[in-house]
Amino acid sequence: MIEWTNAVVQGVLLGGLYALFAAGLSLIFGVMRLVNIAHGDLIVLAAYFGLTTTVMLGIHPFVALLIVMPLMAGFGYVLQRGLLNRTLGDDILPPLLVTFGLSVIIQNVLLEAYTADPQKLSGGAIETASVQLGGLALGVLPLLTFGIAVAVIAFLQWLFYATSLGRGFRAVSDNQQIAQLMGFNKAHIFGLAMALALAVTAIAGILLGMRTSFDPSVGGGRLIFGFEAVIIGGLGNLWGTLAGGVILGVAQTIGAKIDPGWQLLAGHVAFLVVLAFRSNGLFPRINH
Amino acid sequence: MIIATLALITLAAAPWWAGRADLRLMGEIFLYLSLACLWNLMAGYAGLVSVGQQAFVGFGGYMLFALTIFGGLHPIPAILIGGLLAAALSVPVAVLIFRLRGAYFAIGTWVVAEVFRLSFAQVSSLGGGSGSSLPVDVVRSLADSRSGREALAYWLALGAAVIVIAAIYAFLRTRRGLALTAIRDSEVAASGLGIDIWRTKLEVYVVTSAFTAIIGGLIFLQKLRISPDAAFSVNDWTAFVIFIVVIGGIGTLEGPILGTLLFFALRETLADFGTVYLIALGVVAIVVMLKAPKGVWGLIRDRFDLELFPLSYRVRVRDTEK
Repeated sequence: MIEWTNAVVQGVLLGGLYALFAAGLSLIFGVMRLVNIAHGDLIVLAAYFGLTTTVMLGIHPFVALLIVMPLMAGFGYVLQRGLLNRTLGDDILPPLLVTFGLSVIIQNVLLEAYTADPQKLSGGAIETASVQLGGLALGVLPLLTFGIAVAVIAFLQWLFYATSLGRGFRAVSDNQQIAQLMGFNKAHIFGLAMALALAVTAIAGILLGMRTSFDPSVGGGRLIFGFEAVIIGGLGNLWGTLAGGVILGVAQTIGAKIDPGWQLLAGHVAFLVVLAFRSNGLFPRINH
Repeated sequence: MIIATLALITLAAAPWWAGRADLRLMGEIFLYLSLACLWNLMAGYAGLVSVGQQAFVGFGGYMLFALTIFGGLHPIPAILIGGLLAAALSVPVAVLIFRLRGAYFAIGTWVVAEVFRLSFAQVSSLGGGSGSSLPVDVVRSLADSRSGREALAYWLALGAAVIVIAAIYAFLRTRRGLALTAIRDSEVAASGLGIDIWRTKLEVYVVTSAFTAIIGGLIFLQKLRISPDAAFSVNDWTAFVIFIVVIGGIGTLEGPILGTLLFFALRETLADFGTVYLIALGVVAIVVMLKAPKGVWGLIRDRFDLELFPLSYRVRVRDTEK
């Protein structure tokens, strides 16, 4: 029994990481209806930026966030205004194919720069530290990851509904033309949304890199986890995305408990079951 | 028409005039051409932008191995039955993933492909995660000599490409093909004219999945070895195919043909540069998508008003009052 409880608790904590993968995806879809196929590769890119900063400066990955986050945010702004804004419109094909091309480019640039060898960010003592709780050993890093995920989502929620920037996001999301007429600069707001999304991606990438080893090819898998969390939770609902991540994480750890080969499969099956019975997700958007 | 027939005869005679490496390359070109035409029908016409067609390529490949090894079938019927099974399987898959709109549909197809990959990796009798080779007696059943087998694999690839292109062309000229073209041009207007969009898309999805599985079977008949990672590779069976169609010209029949030729020309010249070639391919695809969304064929057509496969309808103004 305790083993199963353990699997569930570990799954919940893993779900925090998936929610972080998903938050950026959810954010840009919410603001500009853009589905970024390169999202997973951007997470891996952030992990590699983290690797370079920690190795070159000899700092802890968490400190490296101070550099990687602004770097990714700046990259996001430039990417959105320089490239992705041109693809937005009624036709879904251009953004899809352009981000798909971007995904292939990022993967191969990383391959060229860092080779295919698996890498890992070393977090020092925190990686192996754990706390005892009612017979369960909880890793400090997974706990911290989950805490960060909750904090990030609370922050995004606050930003969306309590700040003027969030008002801009919601305005362009509701109606781009009228928002323009009201004096919002659409291109700039989209750039900011992407910058914010990639800042979150930076956090996700660093935490991913400390948790497991990564190589340039793992981006697609991270995109899929994030996507599944978004759809399970329901589009346009950030807390739902957290719940979706948790459900996905729990499905995976329980699957792995039954048979190690079933870990990923169980997560995908959970997603397909939700899609079959509640195609709008479990917690569809609440209209404010 | 005469040129096309002559070209086809020349190509069919290739085993007598081409070297082994060239024959293999040409076979690969025809298989990619077929995949590109099928993806184009689905994405360019039906608006079903899938990044998960590797699901059916791999499924077809695995069915070839399973039906020949355990069913004792000859490889060619095994490949065709694989296509039928893929059609049957694609219906429940479509019912599920058609609930996802637009770009989310794309990632949904990818999830399905991952489910296929992970499932086949669990089948230990087909080699599990490390895969398996086609047994020697199955390979022998195709033809006794090695050159005979290579010629047969080539003809199958050529035949598949011809059938796929002819079938798509014939389909697009029917009533239903016209409905599909209407959906390509405007979904809202098409549904206003009474076209059942969901049903038309389902038909296209099922048919392309079946053909894609058959092509998958032929691909792995040429390779003689299969593993989950090779069979369900998103790069090999989807990324390249998308680049081919986008660069050539999406939503036209000529686009994928031109795209395949350009792709292989690029690959053969830049292959030595490894990853740089993939980066270049990605950049070219992005530039084409932004600057010339109708692809290279679109540029040619606009410039010379040319059409290899007559599919468009024109209004002719006749001078009658004179």
